[in-house]
Order: sequence, then structure tokens, then C-alpha cells
Amino acid sequence: MTNEELKNKFAELLPGATFDETGEWLNVMIDAKEWLPLAAQLRNYFDLHFDFLFCVTAVDWKTHFSMVYHMRSTTLGHTIVVKAKIADRSNPEIESVSKIWRTAEFHELEAYDLMGIKFQNHPGLRRLFLTEDWEGYPLRKDYIDEVNMIKL
Amino acid sequence: MIEEVGTTTEGDLIINVGPQHPSTHGVLHLVITLNGETVKNVEPRLGYIHRSIEKMCESLTYRQFIYVTSRMDYLSSHINNQACALVVEKALKIEVPERAQAIRVLMAELTRMASHLLWWGALGMDVGAFTPFFHAFRERELINDIMEETCGTRLTMNYMVPGGVMADLHPDFQKKVKEFITMFKSKIDEYDTLVTGNIIFQNRMKGVGYISGEDALSYGCTGPVLRASGVKCDIRKLAPYDGYDKLQFEEVIETGGDSYARYLVRMRELKQSLSIIEQLLDNIPEGDFQAKTKAVLKPPKGEFYTRVETARGELGVYVISEGGLTPYRIKFRSPGFSNLSALHHMTKGSKIGDLVATMGTLDLVIPDIDR
Repeated sequence: MTNEELKNKFAELLPGATFDETGEWLNVMIDAKEWLPLAAQLRNYFDLHFDFLFCVTAVDWKTHFSMVYHMRSTTLGHTIVVKAKIADRSNPEIESVSKIWRTAEFHELEAYDLMGIKFQNHPGLRRLFLTEDWEGYPLRKDYIDEVNMIKL
Repeated sequence: MIEEVGTTTEGDLIINVGPQHPSTHGVLHLVITLNGETVKNVEPRLGYIHRSIEKMCESLTYRQFIYVTSRMDYLSSHINNQACALVVEKALKIEVPERAQAIRVLMAELTRMASHLLWWGALGMDVGAFTPFFHAFRERELINDIMEETCGTRLTMNYMVPGGVMADLHPDFQKKVKEFITMFKSKIDEYDTLVTGNIIFQNRMKGVGYISGEDALSYGCTGPVLRASGVKCDIRKLAPYDGYDKLQFEEVIETGGDSYARYLVRMRELKQSLSIIEQLLDNIPEGDFQAKTKAVLKPPKGEFYTRVETARGELGVYVISEGGLTPYRIKFRSPGFSNLSALHHMTKGSKIGDLVATMGTLDLVIPDIDR
């Protein structure tokens, strides 16, 4: 599908979604609460069939977080970017999609470890790179570590 | 999370492989649950070489951050640099001269060959054959010498910069590469007689560590791991960069999905890389090796994503720019990280000896996973 067709499809699936078409791929902005049902549709609808989630990451926007999911369909050849806004900065939570794409399990661990996003219904949320007693989440913008951080 | 030592209530033994273990090729720590000799669960513990490169990049300029990335996947350092140079070029709409593109492709393919050679040697050791290691290093040494002449270093190249490459090729480059090609062609068949056709080796590889194409996709595997399960995923074909679309080469696909298929994919890729180098070597266009760029690079506000095919798979660089001197957020989607996540699926129910052989065919580089 072309970006235009994808956009129409999304407007049908999720009337509240907003779009950004400035980049190479269509960006779909949604709220974190809408993510899990949408993810299942993205993976399973035959005309969307996003079977390959190739990049999962979190961004700290100082006022809120957003989870960014890059995915493409290996059979149909289209790519989209879904951005889920997590408004609550003090307790960021979003549903895990590790049951839909198994790669998400590992990538979500990374986002939890470094950005402190809590994934609901994740099979085993734990610190991945850092130790369990590590304080804070290094990739957050307000993280300060006088000992380990080298400012260049 | 599994306890680090002892026995579970069902009588399963929990053992630790690594972080210092010859077969993990670095500081990877696996906590394995064993029932007799059968693997029930594999849980990787990462972070022994985690430097938070993504955080470091947030305080480095667009010229500086490239140098850190050589230290991620140190066996594909050229290709890491290339990905970062490409993302900056995309953001600033810099046209790269044809000569620079050709040099980049030559270097990237030489790197791929060096990386696959090291993997081949190390895999031999994993399954108990020591000789391949010496053979592989003999050839890899030549590539390293070629790199050293042009780039100045042997491992962390830092040669590709936004706009092209840092310096022109060494005058002896073409001669040296031709010598290497002649030498390599006489040796590659030896690899097959030594290892590929060896019945003991085949028994260790065939039917071991199977993963279907669908599962491999779901786990986010890329590169030779996914191609061995019959899925096309070569970024050089899918989204060509730096003039790969003008070159004749075949995307290597195997359908076995087991360790042996992954082995064959990499062995055939060696020949494809060699063919790309041969096509380009006598046809390097004349001209500049670097485009004229401003001293201070300041990409506009926006988000940029580039993908390249490293020796291990798809490396993605995701940059969010706020228009400043440094990236607001940068994410490296490293191939090894996703490939490792499939290890549990591949080895569950197999014997512990096969775990090491399977891990060998995943071609893990730990700094690439930890970043």
C-alpha cells in the first residue's frame, strides 16, 4: 500500500489518530491506551500484515514519553511508524506487545531498563543491561550520574 | 528471573555460561536451565560491556558521534560508520560523490569478508576444529593490512565521514586488493574441503538450532540468520544505498533454517562480496572522495532513519534532531540484539553441546548487543 492508502486505512481503524507525512514513512500518532488493539490489527489484517517489527524505542520529551514502533510488511512491502504517547511522566505505562511480535519482549526490556517505561503484561520485566539495584533510568533527560557519566 | 545457581524444585540444574567463556566470544552471560543434558531455558544476561553509547551520542556533535559507533560492532566498524554518515547525509541532503560511494562499498565488502572469515574460524573452534582459525586469520590479516594502509587502523576505522570518506585510497590499494583476491580464490575451495564437506561438522550442524522463517521474523532476526530461513531481507537489495543498485550480486537465500543453512549463507556471501569487489576495483570513478560540507553540521528539526546491511544483519540508525548541534535522541537498532533474542527458541529442547554450535552460527558480537 502507498502512504496515502495506509493513511485512509488508519483513519478507518482509528478515527482519533493524527498523521505526519514529512518523513520517508507514514507516521501515525496514537495514545498509549489505543496501542494493544491496534497492534493486533496491524499484525493480523491481511491487507496490512506488518509481520516485522524492526525497531522499538522510547523517547523522553521532558513533558511526556513516546514509544516509537517501526514496522514493515515483508510480504506487502510497506513500512509505517507508530508513535504512542504516554502522557503520565511519573508513572509511564503501556501494554506489552511481546505476544504479537516476539522481538518486542527484548526491546521492551531495553526500554524499561534505560527509560523506565513499564510494560503491562510483559512476561518478565527486569533490568537488562544494568543491575537490579541501579537507581534511575539513564536515557531520561533529567538523569544525572556524576560518577559514571562523561560529558564530552 | 532465574536464580543464578542451584537446582529448581523440579530437579533441573541451573548453570551459568560466561561472562568469561571461550564459546561466548566476549562477555555474554547465559543462565541455562538443564534437565540432564537437555536445555530447558536460556536466559541471556547482558550489560557487561554496556557503555550507553546512545546517551553518549546525545552530547556529541554530528561529526563526532560516528567515531563512537566503530566500537559497537567492531567487526563491521566500516559499515557502522557508513550508516551514521548516511543518516547525516540524509538529514542535510548531502550528495556523495561517486568515487566516495565506490570506496565505501569496497571497504564495506572487504569488512564483510573479514567479519565472515573471523566467524568461520571461530565457529570451527566452537565445534572442536582448531585449524580453520589459522586459515581464516591468514586471509583476514591481508584485509587488515589493506585497511591499515588506507584508513590508518586495523579495527576501529573511523574512515567514513558525512559527505564521503576521510582520505583518498592509498596508491597501492588496487594492487594489494588484487593480490588478496588471487590469494583468496585459491583458498576458498580449501575451506569447503576442510570444513563444509566434513561429515563430523555436518552432523554437528544439520538439523540443529532450527528456526522457521515466520518465527525468525517474529523475533526480529535479520541478516544471514533470517536469510537462512528463506526470507529475503538484504537491505542492499531492499533499500539500496551508496550505489549498491548498480552492482550485480545475488541475495543469498537458504531454506534449511538450521545451523548448517546459516553456515552456507555466510560462505556463499563471501563469494558474493568478492564478486562485488571485483566489479568495482577497476571501475572506481575519478573525482572527489568527499563532498564539500560545512564545518558545523546542523540538521533541520525532524526524524531520520537509515538502514544498512552489516555482516550480522540490519543496522538501523534512528536520529531525532531538534535542530541543534547534537542529536536529541539516537537509537541504534543493532542486528545482534534481536538475533540473540531468538537463541532460546532455537535451542530449547536440544542438547547442551548443540547450544554452543548454534550460538556460533548466530555470529554474536557482544559490544553490538550491549552498545
